[in-house]
Amino acid sequence: MVTIGVLALQGDVREHISALEHSGAAAMPVRRPGELDAVDGLVIPGGESTTIDKLTRIFELADPLKKRIEAGMPVYGSCAGMIMLAEEIADPATDLKGEPQQTLGGLDITVRRNAFGRQRESFETDLDFRGLEFSAPSPDQNPAPVHAVFIRAPWVERVGEGVEVLATVEPSEASHTATLRGAARIVAVRSRHLLATSFHPEVTGERRIHELFIRIVRGEA
Amino acid sequence: MSSSEATSTHAPVTGSSRVKRGMAEMLKGGVIMDVVTPDQARIAEDAGAVAVMALERVPADIRAQGGVSRMSDPDMVDGIIEAVSIPVMAKARIGHFVEAQVLQSLGVDYIDESEVLTPADYTNHIDKWNFTVPFVCGATNLGEALRRINEGAAMIRSKGEAGTGDVSNATGHMRQIRSEIKRLSAMPEDELYVAAKELQAPYELVKEIAQTGKLPVVLFTAGGIATPADAAMMMQLGADGVFVGSGIFKSGNPAERAAAIVKATTFHDDPDVIAKVSRGLGEAMVGINVDEIPQPHRLAERGW
Repeated sequence: MVTIGVLALQGDVREHISALEHSGAAAMPVRRPGELDAVDGLVIPGGESTTIDKLTRIFELADPLKKRIEAGMPVYGSCAGMIMLAEEIADPATDLKGEPQQTLGGLDITVRRNAFGRQRESFETDLDFRGLEFSAPSPDQNPAPVHAVFIRAPWVERVGEGVEVLATVEPSEASHTATLRGAARIVAVRSRHLLATSFHPEVTGERRIHELFIRIVRGEA
Repeated sequence: MSSSEATSTHAPVTGSSRVKRGMAEMLKGGVIMDVVTPDQARIAEDAGAVAVMALERVPADIRAQGGVSRMSDPDMVDGIIEAVSIPVMAKARIGHFVEAQVLQSLGVDYIDESEVLTPADYTNHIDKWNFTVPFVCGATNLGEALRRINEGAAMIRSKGEAGTGDVSNATGHMRQIRSEIKRLSAMPEDELYVAAKELQAPYELVKEIAQTGKLPVVLFTAGGIATPADAAMMMQLGADGVFVGSGIFKSGNPAERAAAIVKATTFHDDPDVIAKVSRGLGEAMVGINVDEIPQPHRLAERGW
């Protein structure tokens, strides 16, 4: 069985651990460099990206994480986790010294934080999601849509070469269509060993995104 | 489901319980800090707060100055929203549904229907189901928590005794809620009806707690937390996260104390880290023993 860590500095760690355990992996929280050495893959949970960024640097996890990501460790990031994996943030927060928030990088994308709006615009909707063919009832049928919860969610504004778009939100699927300006927005991407979603499958009981990630960790997808 | 149905046909939904409660899940393991100005909000964000709480005056000042305490000025709320990228919460008076409507229209991310402000209604709390924006409410025990959840609260915090720097009431409330949940979990099903009556809480929620062994919403702690060790103790007692009110901006060195409380909350089970971050913080807020506060001035006893 593969062991997958969940970065446990802040955020909905428990939900990801539960989703991984229900999907056939062993899961453990990771807060220290030594714990990182024990895992085959890592989930960066939903939470506050500015807080997670600061804590990874303060507790000397940022460099070991970057090294593992460069060395090919599979990582899945949801929401704040997607921001942490992005090479670039369109609108980073700045600290009191004017320094922008940092990410671990690895995924050649540009994300915009809170792009779908504030909490009153947070929404749930159904999405088609590429890469879940394993879950289709039969080979000639499509997999069921993913029920996705977006909470002050980011979107992806630019994808680099080799980044596959797995899901988008159409204007008719978002709560606040004005922010989308008529364009479909990218909300799930994959580049080789790195997977990221703007939304939170871990809070809905949707297990297939975690199953896909476990397949990536096993080298089966 | 057949392939023809496997397309995105569902209309998007805002303000659902899942979206409201989910927002609180994302704050877990974090520290939410009381701020009264945009500058304080920037300091809080810089220290690693997961959210800030806008209010007119911090509880220690409300205590010292007296008078009626209300929702923050809309200009101040706007200024705080502009100043930071993290979620902004704001306090409304108990039962003051129009303050809550105003805060929702300003775009705050969470409303705290708070006993720290002067109650606007001594009978009814706000009907929180009527709002798209989620609510957090204080509780001193399980029955109170379940009554607030029944009214639509999507997050609960212990009340503690705000503005004192005395953590004893928060400890008591966390222990009380935890032990009442344990008691329900161990109870035969046919005794839950009476348990619901005694808790003065809806039977359906009582039954749910008995089955799952936990609250259906995130449980933070609040009231009297002044040091990294206070925050860590509340986390070890089962809190999902921490609110710090007067404890930060009424202390000698707010920026460092705020950052230290954030670190101690994450590593709440590691005394070495807590010791390290507790050094050189300067003076903690001046404390007031809860026992020395006359009964009518105790904030935790507001709300029911």
